[in-house]
Amino acid sequence: MAARIDYDTVSVGTELPPLTVPVTRSGLVRYAGAAGDFNPLHFSDRSAQQAGFPAAIAHGMLTMALAGQLVTEWSGDPASLCDFSVRFTKPVPVPDDGVGARLGLRGTVTEKLEGRRVRVALEVLCEGVKVLGSAQAVVQLN
Amino acid sequence: MAADRPSAGHVYPPTEIYEVSRAKIREFAEAIGAGSPAHVDPAAAEELGHAEVIAPATFPFLVVHRVSSRILNGPEWGLADASPVHTAQRIRPSRPVRAGDRLAVTLHVESVRRLAGRDVVQMRGEVRTEDGEHVVDTFMTFTAGGPDERKTG
Repeated sequence: MAARIDYDTVSVGTELPPLTVPVTRSGLVRYAGAAGDFNPLHFSDRSAQQAGFPAAIAHGMLTMALAGQLVTEWSGDPASLCDFSVRFTKPVPVPDDGVGARLGLRGTVTEKLEGRRVRVALEVLCEGVKVLGSAQAVVQLN
Repeated sequence: MAADRPSAGHVYPPTEIYEVSRAKIREFAEAIGAGSPAHVDPAAAEELGHAEVIAPATFPFLVVHRVSSRILNGPEWGLADASPVHTAQRIRPSRPVRAGDRLAVTLHVESVRRLAGRDVVQMRGEVRTEDGEHVVDTFMTFTAGGPDERKTG
């Protein structure tokens, strides 16, 4: 497990170690099963194309979960997310081509709060496009 | 959307109990690539001060979604044919979900609006143990109907 981050070592502007995460069609199917979300938009190209998407799209909650991972891998404690919010602003198409999509995740400390907590602004990019809006987390540090 | 739909302030009382298993936490953690041993190893969880393995932060949505999707797609809301799209999510835990938790969801309708010809519904899933201990609030926004300008998952 990563060392837990000490509040005193963090300042406004501190950047979290970025992550690049591949998302494949089989990963979507796996998430669908684990989360019990069987909306066909997330595994069927036919359904996704009827709805105007080029291919099946990732579950918004999977993208949010990956953004959460960015934070908790940094903080060292999966229970450190105290308040976590996102808007799902753009789809993440995941073509069934054996490659899928690639998400770039970044986070920056924007505020130091009471109680050894910090606010982190999050950014998730797919092909250079931001797919989450107003994504932020309040994180409990040591 | 049905004309007699519930409005802001409406509360759906607590549901049947959802019992959280170690296996479900492991399955969910693996599906999101969560590598912390605290999701699978009770000793690692204990090192972080938790009495049992803990679930990732977004896990509670799974518990709430079982309830909210049934309600939104049911006849009362009539959104099944309007393809409700999840447009925003906030998760505010009091503590992480742990294996062995027996959870009940109370669903609150926070707001119902019309925006650019579409229905925007905000709900709060209040998750407590069967003994009443608060675990987490999940705030969900869904948009349905109107011009098909879906953006999301």
